[in-house]
Amino acid sequence: MASAPDISDRLGRMGLSEEQADLMRVAAEFCREQSPPERVRTLIDDERGYDPAVWRQIGELGWCGIATPEEHGGAGLNLAEIVPVAEHMGRTMMATPFLVSTLAAEAILAGGTDAQKSHWLPRLAAGEIVGTLALGEAGDQMTALGTAEDGGAMVSGRATLIEHAAAADIIVLAFTQSGTARLAILETERLPEGALRRERIIDDTRRAYELTLRTFELPAANLMPAETVTAARERVELAGALLHAADMVGGAFRVIDYTADYLRTRTQFGKQIGSYQALKHPLVDAFVGYEKARSHLYAAAHSYGSASGRPGARNDMSGEIAVRMAKAQAERAYAFAADRAIQFHGGFGFTYDCDAGLHRRRALWNASRHGDARAQKKKLAKLLF
Amino acid sequence: MTDPTVEEFARDAEAWFAENTPADPGFMLPLTFMEVGEDRQFDFLRDWQRKVYEAGFLGAAWPAEYGGGGLTDAHQKAATRAMRNAKAPIFLNAIGLNWAGPLILDTGNEAQKSAYLKNILSAEDIWCQGFSEPDNGSDLGNAQLKAVRDGDDYVLDGSKIWTTQGNYADHMILLARTDPDAPNKYAGLSFFLAPMKIPGIRTQKLQKLTGEYGFTQTFFEGARIPASTLIGGEGNGWKVAMRTLEYERGARGGQAGGYVSISPDMMGVLDLARQVERDGAPALDDPVLADQMLDHLMDMHALSLGNERRRLAPLVEDHPTALPMMAKLEFSELFRAVSQFALTLLGPKAAYYVGEPNSADDGWWARSYLNAFSATIGGGTSQIQKNIIGEHVLGLPKTR
Repeated sequence: MASAPDISDRLGRMGLSEEQADLMRVAAEFCREQSPPERVRTLIDDERGYDPAVWRQIGELGWCGIATPEEHGGAGLNLAEIVPVAEHMGRTMMATPFLVSTLAAEAILAGGTDAQKSHWLPRLAAGEIVGTLALGEAGDQMTALGTAEDGGAMVSGRATLIEHAAAADIIVLAFTQSGTARLAILETERLPEGALRRERIIDDTRRAYELTLRTFELPAANLMPAETVTAARERVELAGALLHAADMVGGAFRVIDYTADYLRTRTQFGKQIGSYQALKHPLVDAFVGYEKARSHLYAAAHSYGSASGRPGARNDMSGEIAVRMAKAQAERAYAFAADRAIQFHGGFGFTYDCDAGLHRRRALWNASRHGDARAQKKKLAKLLF
Repeated sequence: MTDPTVEEFARDAEAWFAENTPADPGFMLPLTFMEVGEDRQFDFLRDWQRKVYEAGFLGAAWPAEYGGGGLTDAHQKAATRAMRNAKAPIFLNAIGLNWAGPLILDTGNEAQKSAYLKNILSAEDIWCQGFSEPDNGSDLGNAQLKAVRDGDDYVLDGSKIWTTQGNYADHMILLARTDPDAPNKYAGLSFFLAPMKIPGIRTQKLQKLTGEYGFTQTFFEGARIPASTLIGGEGNGWKVAMRTLEYERGARGGQAGGYVSISPDMMGVLDLARQVERDGAPALDDPVLADQMLDHLMDMHALSLGNERRRLAPLVEDHPTALPMMAKLEFSELFRAVSQFALTLLGPKAAYYVGEPNSADDGWWARSYLNAFSATIGGGTSQIQKNIIGEHVLGLPKTR
């Protein structure tokens, strides 16, 4: 057979840094202690939707500033070092603004002015404040119709699916100005009453809001330069895909474990139901899918540096390819595992009390964030074929 | 004389295979050791294995006192890489090299090691396996072939099936029932390194799904084998058989090296996808085919990433045995799925088979697809693999 160009050197490679190995141990224990199943249930009924005390501890552990440069109060490491943290948050379905706040910091890091970085990054890195993203979901319309006296923008319109907006201190907000895509840092304390409406979302372990603005003033000091918008958005998209892949791989592990436990204990026709191959084999399929997704996840975590434009990074596409594969595979694995988990719990699976349902809902939310499998595969086809 | 470094050895191997890899013999060579169906294929592949062994590129990591090279796994891996790069033919003595050999090395006595190992490497002795029986396939523990002790011998009566190269083999790794009254079916089994070319053993060729030969059914009618061929002790056959299956499934190391089958690799199917046209346009312009190609690509890459992940302890802590136990299931099913996908890519040309000049790649993908079932069925079916993973990794109750 004739041979076409080899693509294997463009695919992600496996590896694990010392930081990742250490964080894995710490995060496993922290998440187990701070997000046991009953706590997940309590927070579902809580309006804020997460525990501020746990958020403070996450800040103290330094996890919010892993990828923030040292000059801005962070650890200056590769963002991918926190993949094990996101994975264990997924395993325990932790309710937390950690992922979105980390991504807001990434947006400012990639798109903000020096003054904006110096002002916001140290506080985000310390977990003193919560950041979130409104980068323009389908149907959003947020437009600058006028210019403020100081050169800022007067924006009107609607933005949706803004995670934890009610608790957030800043929102990285996308809008258009004379047809140009812009980003700004919106300080939520300046929002008028009623600007935020809580949206009903599929994942009850998270919160999302719609933001409606009418000639709201974004000061010039809060606008990010127009020329960095693309870089910032790309950075957030890839970082978001990586961290949500980690969350999904973690969730898949837990829901398989949860289901295996049920198949060992539930008895029908005088046998533990796990002895029936109609249940056993699909659960093994789910497990194999999980293991494959986890391999892709850690290849993405290892290869991510080459996509983030860091000094010394390989100047190639392997990081982006690995992250997109991880997101697509994690979605497939988590969706299948949680879907079968509902079915295999029988009548109990159809109740709200069964965690399988929480997982399936969380999987749908995660899949929809930062590009679902279809979107990832479409880009992969362009990158590889 | 000091041992060559891995780099030196790799260079020597590259040069040797570039020089010595045989040209197309003018007849079809088997894709795997299970399709050695003609004498000319057998003679050709046996000569090739002997030649590679004599050059030092097979069994490089086996101990020198038993005919090996006395070097390291890294040396053998370098040689295997060189033969792959040169697209060298397969080794035919798979059961000796990969299953019986490591088993004898790990658990055999001195006499067994001296008697068998060197001839496995040189292909002087061809080995086959006697596990499955016509009535006991997936339920291997129920094997019924009788081995009755009589003085210094055991007398064998019964039948084995799917005996790869049974008509050529000199020895068989054999699972037989020595105690029909044992408290459970497993305890009555024993494991033998049985000679094949003795009175009372007869083989009958079986034609396979692909139309080729390579298997036999093997009949034992009062065949006498010496008691010294017992390995692991009487009544311990099940344990030895399970260990053998771990070598077979790639869950345990010690194999002699090289490869015994040619599988489509990631690039092979991608090459095909880039070459073929559907509806007058490149196949990968079709979003459905591109989507399927990506799914296969990600699955194939996951398998190689999983092999690397095995070595990273923190990443296998939750289920330490999962990745090795999954390997056989994943590889064999992927091989089948990818070969089937290749036929989808071929469209109208999927109608052709091996030997037809109008076919693509001489029907390679059609044969590859049909052959793929040998691995999803042999060595424990995929369904048995799922039972094993479910029970041993996920802790699910046993299926009865």
